[in-house]
Amino acid sequence: MNNKKECVAMLLAGGQGSRLYALTKKVAKPAVPYGGKYRIIDFPLSNCVNSGIDTVGVLTQYQPLVLNDYIGNGQAWNLDRVHGGVHILPPYQTASGAQWYEGTANAIYQNLSFIDRYDPEYVVILSGDHIYKMDYSKMLNFHKEKGAECTIAVIDVPIHEASRFGIMFAHEDGSVYDFVEKPKEPKSTLASMGIYIFSYKTLKKYLIENELDTSATKDFGKNIIPSLLEHGERVFAYRFDGYWKDVGTIDSLWDANMELLAVNVDLDLYDTSWRIYSNNDSAAPHIIGKNAKIQSSMVTNGCYIDGTVDTSVVSGGVTVEEGALVQYSVLFPGAVIKKGAVVEYAIVGENSVICENAHVGAAPETIENKDEWGVAVVGQDITVSEGASVAPKQIISESI
Amino acid sequence: MSYNMTNVLGILFANTHEGSVPELSAKRTMASIPFGGRFRMVDFLLSGMSNSGMSKVGIITRTNYQSLLDHIGSARPWDLSRNDGGLTLLTPFGRNNQDNGLFKGKLDALYSCLSYIRHTGCEYAVLSDCDLVINPDFTHLVDEHIASGADITAVCHTDDYTEEETRDAACFKLNGSKIEAVAVNRQASGRLTMDLNIYVMKTSLLISLVDDLVSLGKYSFSRDVLQEKCGELNMHAYEFSGFYRRICDIESYYRANMALLCHDNLAKLVSSDRPIYTKDRADAPAKYGFNSQVTNSLVANGCVIEGVVENSILFRGVKVAKGTVIKNSILMQDTVVGRDTSVMNIITDKNVTIGDGLTVASSENCPLYIAKGRVL
Repeated sequence: MNNKKECVAMLLAGGQGSRLYALTKKVAKPAVPYGGKYRIIDFPLSNCVNSGIDTVGVLTQYQPLVLNDYIGNGQAWNLDRVHGGVHILPPYQTASGAQWYEGTANAIYQNLSFIDRYDPEYVVILSGDHIYKMDYSKMLNFHKEKGAECTIAVIDVPIHEASRFGIMFAHEDGSVYDFVEKPKEPKSTLASMGIYIFSYKTLKKYLIENELDTSATKDFGKNIIPSLLEHGERVFAYRFDGYWKDVGTIDSLWDANMELLAVNVDLDLYDTSWRIYSNNDSAAPHIIGKNAKIQSSMVTNGCYIDGTVDTSVVSGGVTVEEGALVQYSVLFPGAVIKKGAVVEYAIVGENSVICENAHVGAAPETIENKDEWGVAVVGQDITVSEGASVAPKQIISESI
Repeated sequence: MSYNMTNVLGILFANTHEGSVPELSAKRTMASIPFGGRFRMVDFLLSGMSNSGMSKVGIITRTNYQSLLDHIGSARPWDLSRNDGGLTLLTPFGRNNQDNGLFKGKLDALYSCLSYIRHTGCEYAVLSDCDLVINPDFTHLVDEHIASGADITAVCHTDDYTEEETRDAACFKLNGSKIEAVAVNRQASGRLTMDLNIYVMKTSLLISLVDDLVSLGKYSFSRDVLQEKCGELNMHAYEFSGFYRRICDIESYYRANMALLCHDNLAKLVSSDRPIYTKDRADAPAKYGFNSQVTNSLVANGCVIEGVVENSILFRGVKVAKGTVIKNSILMQDTVVGRDTSVMNIITDKNVTIGDGLTVASSENCPLYIAKGRVL
């Protein structure tokens, strides 16, 4: 059987996403809902398919149940292929023992035999942390043209945010001469997007060497990239200038959802030439009831809206009863907002219930001390009982 | 009496009754008429069969079936893409240049498919048309059929009907649950027990009826089996009491759609434990613009609404621009309505474009139909 693929993608989806707190208590970060009908992982998976990459290994570790179930056989993304397709790759036991994935590089190292089956020239390393649309085939062409061993996608970020990222220093032709992980005083604004293309032979060599070095931390940013540069390998930065959003924190996740509601949206989900696929259960269209008022919002199939919804993103199967008010909020699948409840500047987790006259979150203009204001978060499968309230910035992971 | 639902064959007739909605079936089968914002008529029966555990379903098509083939694809959304059985499309089958395979009735249609029916090896068969909006539990139906000891069980519903509703239907005279007489297309009104055109019988009985009657030049199931064999065979009526609507003309199509605006009706039709499956298109969620006003409406994914929408059904991908008012209307997939336009009591088929500053209206309860792809 000829299984050869020019390019294989490896998607690192094992991260906990600890800065999403209650929202990732039961699911891994790539499985966190976004934009009404998506989960974060839909973006890299759809990008792969639309870029002509049909073989994707998804490396899972933290809370994989929802993620495994969601990916299934990959049919939703057209990745149920006879040759290739999507493969879920959890850590496993071998004759010499069992080992969790210890860092991004180690996770790929433990799956070299999976990659070897496809004998690829190139490997794309992706993460399940970002919302963006990107044609990886263009980046691959760049990689080939430059004769690079490793190409790193980079994006210009504001200088005051640069210390959150891995920062690149590149010559005019794009060749990288230095790389600093999360610098305290950044001197460049070229941030790594965590998307790498490697020539596979080089990747394999460096992964094995890194693995033998017991002092190394086994991470792409901290070990593999610096090591490539040290050995004078051809490392290039590929500039991306589209929409790209890290959704690793409560604020950035809320922001990214609100950005979809702008009049001129930077991320066009209605563009049929680059569809973002998602695995949705079948539901009827949503019902907007006789008492509903709804504006500047997104609403998904299977909802029943009879209250007021303003400037909010409403996922599938949500109920907003008559007299309830939802504004500047994100409701995850199956959430129920009962009569008289108010949800504002908040994220309500999957299948959580906000009972009658409960109050979640508050508008920033009502809070005197701005440091006390923030998005309120109700975790998954939680009940906020009748008349109870959740303060702004409060994150609850138990029913109240 | 040991059986399980994988031993029950489903047979759907995609084209029957399409003459009653000539507008909607001009370029498609009855089975592929869009309904309820994102579904097609075939989804209801097909999902019902799949949810009931049936694993072999044949859809008999006659003409205009391109849209149905496109909708069904590999039948995966209904979980009927199987190695063994699953969904089979039974297209017209011409024999030795004697005919073009265009059957006249159900019996000669089934005659063309006898080898398929035999090959499935199923003990029982459920036959149905695709003119019903319904979410039936076939397990219960087959159980009752077997328990009753009947030769044929016909699903029916007793109600007050109009002449329009019985024009293209059979009505039963019952003694208890036994069918004593059958009136076909009598165009009667009043309290009647109407045939919903869903039947259960042993596959062996179906095959022998088809073999015998077709050789005599007969083709009508309702006349030549139900009516003629009423005394000879033990026929049992199964009163269906759940939510359903039957499409018998464009007005009933309109009313059946509007019935889903009642949340209770929709919840009865589409429940989470018995979903209605359909082909998905990967649309983004519906987007409501600043100052949009939407009430009492059913809205599918992919819609972008910036105007006013009341008492209407918007299929996926419908666009309603600023200053526009949509009332009491059904806008099918990818209908685009421009600015400052008023649309009242209208059914637009797929891909209709209505420009800026227009008024397109019909009187209440008399919806005007605008054909697929028209530009106003």
